[in-house]
Amino acid sequence: MENLPVLTKKDRMAIPRQKMPEQAPEIRKRNFNEVNLGFDEKTAVLEANRCLDCPRPTCIDGCPVRIKIPDFIRMIVQKDFLGAAEKIKEDNLLPSICGRVCPQEEQCEKTCVLRGKFQAVSIGRLERFVADYERKYGNFTPPHFLPSNGKKIAIVGSGPSGLACASDLIQWGYDVTIFEALHEFGGVLVYGIPEFRLPKEILRYEINNLKKIGVKFIKNFIVGKTLTIDELMNEEGFDAVYLCVGAGLPWFMNIPGESLMGVYSANEFLTRVNLMKAYQFPEADTPIHIGKNAVVIGGGNTAMDAVRTAMRLGAETATIVYRRSEVEMPARIEEIHHAKEEGIVFRMLTNPVEFVSDENGWVKKVRSVRMELGEPDASGRRRPIPIPGSEFDIDADLVVVAIGNGSNPLISQTTPDLKCNKWGNILVNDTSGRTSKRGVFAGGDIVSGGATVILAMGEGRNAAKSIDEFIKTGDWDETDRLSQPTP
Amino acid sequence: MNKILSAEFIAPDIKRFVIEAPLIARKRKPGQFVIVRVRENGERIPLTIVDGSPETGFITLMVQGIGKTTKTMNQLKSGDFVQDVVGPLGKPTHIEKFGFVVCVCGGVGTAEVLPIAKALKEAGNRVITIIGARTKELVVAEFEMRTVCDEVIVTTDDGTYGKKGFVTEALSAILNTDRKPDFVLAVGPLPMMKAIAEMTRPYKIHTEVSLNSIMIDGTGMCGGCRANIGGKTQFVCVDGPEFDAHLVDFDQIAQRQKQFVAQERISLDRFVHENHTCKLDSYINQQEKS
Ligand SMILES: Cc1cc2nc3c(=O)[nH]c(=O)nc-3n(C[C@H](O)[C@H](O)[C@H](O)COP(=O)(O)OP(=O)(O)OC[C@H]3O[C@@H](n4cnc5c(N)ncnc54)[C@H](O)[C@@H]3O)c2cc1C
Ligand code: FES
Repeated sequence: MENLPVLTKKDRMAIPRQKMPEQAPEIRKRNFNEVNLGFDEKTAVLEANRCLDCPRPTCIDGCPVRIKIPDFIRMIVQKDFLGAAEKIKEDNLLPSICGRVCPQEEQCEKTCVLRGKFQAVSIGRLERFVADYERKYGNFTPPHFLPSNGKKIAIVGSGPSGLACASDLIQWGYDVTIFEALHEFGGVLVYGIPEFRLPKEILRYEINNLKKIGVKFIKNFIVGKTLTIDELMNEEGFDAVYLCVGAGLPWFMNIPGESLMGVYSANEFLTRVNLMKAYQFPEADTPIHIGKNAVVIGGGNTAMDAVRTAMRLGAETATIVYRRSEVEMPARIEEIHHAKEEGIVFRMLTNPVEFVSDENGWVKKVRSVRMELGEPDASGRRRPIPIPGSEFDIDADLVVVAIGNGSNPLISQTTPDLKCNKWGNILVNDTSGRTSKRGVFAGGDIVSGGATVILAMGEGRNAAKSIDEFIKTGDWDETDRLSQPTP
Repeated sequence: MNKILSAEFIAPDIKRFVIEAPLIARKRKPGQFVIVRVRENGERIPLTIVDGSPETGFITLMVQGIGKTTKTMNQLKSGDFVQDVVGPLGKPTHIEKFGFVVCVCGGVGTAEVLPIAKALKEAGNRVITIIGARTKELVVAEFEMRTVCDEVIVTTDDGTYGKKGFVTEALSAILNTDRKPDFVLAVGPLPMMKAIAEMTRPYKIHTEVSLNSIMIDGTGMCGGCRANIGGKTQFVCVDGPEFDAHLVDFDQIAQRQKQFVAQERISLDRFVHENHTCKLDSYINQQEKS
């Protein structure tokens, strides 16, 4: 280690929050390359030096998986970047992904003591920096393994929740197989989140590492269809199953015109572009309709991804239509900020009531009403109420509905003894991920109804612990109370 | 990657593939389909499972070369591989003893109806199948159909084989007799299925059609396959592919199928440009057969 200048608290607080180098908005709005370019070493160390290394750090409380934040930041200050990556990986398997997609402003950076006037330490960007550094310069060292115990675990779904669960179990000596319905692994990370926010190369790298340490990956396999859970357990010899199938059933608005040509669910629009590479059409075979005036309905990350994708495909105008106001938007702040820089139009307090057709069955307008905010609703956000007589039209030849997902029924339909709530979310015992079916665990979006990458990963790791406990003890409390999460 | 065990043209541009897919072969039931991706960077297309045997682990698919992807697939030969095959998808056909059943099919639809007709017959139904084709050489699976049905009626538009005329005329003849069918199944081009639905509607004969929407995942994740069924949005890949014909909004489905016509033309032009020998290829393949 080099000799480091000793900085006082005042010195540290005098360093401004470092800017993330990024592609210029005018250029990036027409390409699919990553927007953020990442800190260089100098910037990372400077930013790390802003951390006050609090005696009782509050940032850790904001992190759903309790990464030892001050420890890894201290290692960045000491330029021990590989050590910092190791430190994060004690708690988070996929820092290169979380550093890019976590809503840090709602988590660790929200509880950082510097938030507000001095601005929080860029914990997410530092996390990303060390993970990228490790990918570039580190040698992949397999983790320490327990000897094989011969027990077979099936993980259903290769999203972040499944990957996190697999990573723990393989290290504890289990024989782990991940089953995936699609032809590529990664769940939302591969079919939903676009290249410009999460390069697929990173995901492939992480999945390769899991393959290297022995996790088996089987694609094109739909549990419930290709084989049922009972067949996996009774015929294929799996001792436990972890269900992390995501929340894949797009909601529509149930308004007239929703089946017009040019109207997509966000899942379809993003899957065509990301998984099927429609942005490379006709080199890739899957087509996509390129709108002149794109309108995306919703205010979450999915909506931001869709609207910015439409812009990159060549739209002249791309508009977000959201029924509440900007402060209620669930998307990451950085994405909203980036979208605005790219010229995305934001129409807040606006709700579509009809998609209007042209003479050939293509959408041509989004008929909308203006909304105002009333009393807070169950989610604690002020309820949007339509203003009578405020109807107006927005020109649109491409519409993407991004108002959320329900739960996919394929598993529950074919597994009658698996209890679900009325939205189809699998019910689990709060802490353990145990379902109503012996030996079957569940977590991620299929339980929570749609949350975040880091929460899905956290639940995957919790499930790994419960599976380990179940395999070792054989205990299964049939009288377990199952919680009823509300999406 | 799934290995192709045999591939032969059974009519111009219609090729029958036998593909290795042991788990699907074990699980599939009549009426179900698979999603196939022919090559890396290829699109995902639904194909009905025409046959399958748990013993051999093989499934049979029938492909009509219309667009780029189906034409590319039809260039594959025995020993080649398809990139991805996933399934079985969709709900199986509801099989029960209805009494008197009429199956109406056209084009590759005939091959798709074959396992269903067989199951209906085995369930104790009297089964008449009407096969329609433009011309004689496009009549497929007639012989196999005869072995599983009580009666097979063939119609060709140009009169080169069977009765001259359309399947609708053959069905109309049956509907005009005293013994009306208890159940009608129609599988084929959309206008044909729509016409059949309109014919059985006045008699309130339970009629099912198999819809062929544009699909991506086939698991209910994207909603691209959605169709209006009795005023409700349903996903063809998980709620279907078979639906009550009298509830289907055929015009809307016809429209949605045309969504990518412009792009499909671009793809096809490229295909033709890259494969100027393809005509010859399919000719050679047919020669092998005879
Ligand atoms: C467009 C978009 C952007 C997002 N952006 C962010 C963000 O910036 N930050 C953030 O934290 N979160 C974001 N999210 C949410 C986050 O992606 C999810 O919360 C997270 O991916 C859930 O992980 P999971 O493992 O539970 O499920 P998923 O990632 O959904 O993975 C489930 C996998 O299971 C497979 N599967 C389903 N059924 C079966 C079956 N029967 N058999 C086999 N396999 C099956 C699916 O094909 C899928 O691959 C975003 C979501 C979307 C859609
Ligand atoms: S094909 Fe995607 S939902 Fe049916």
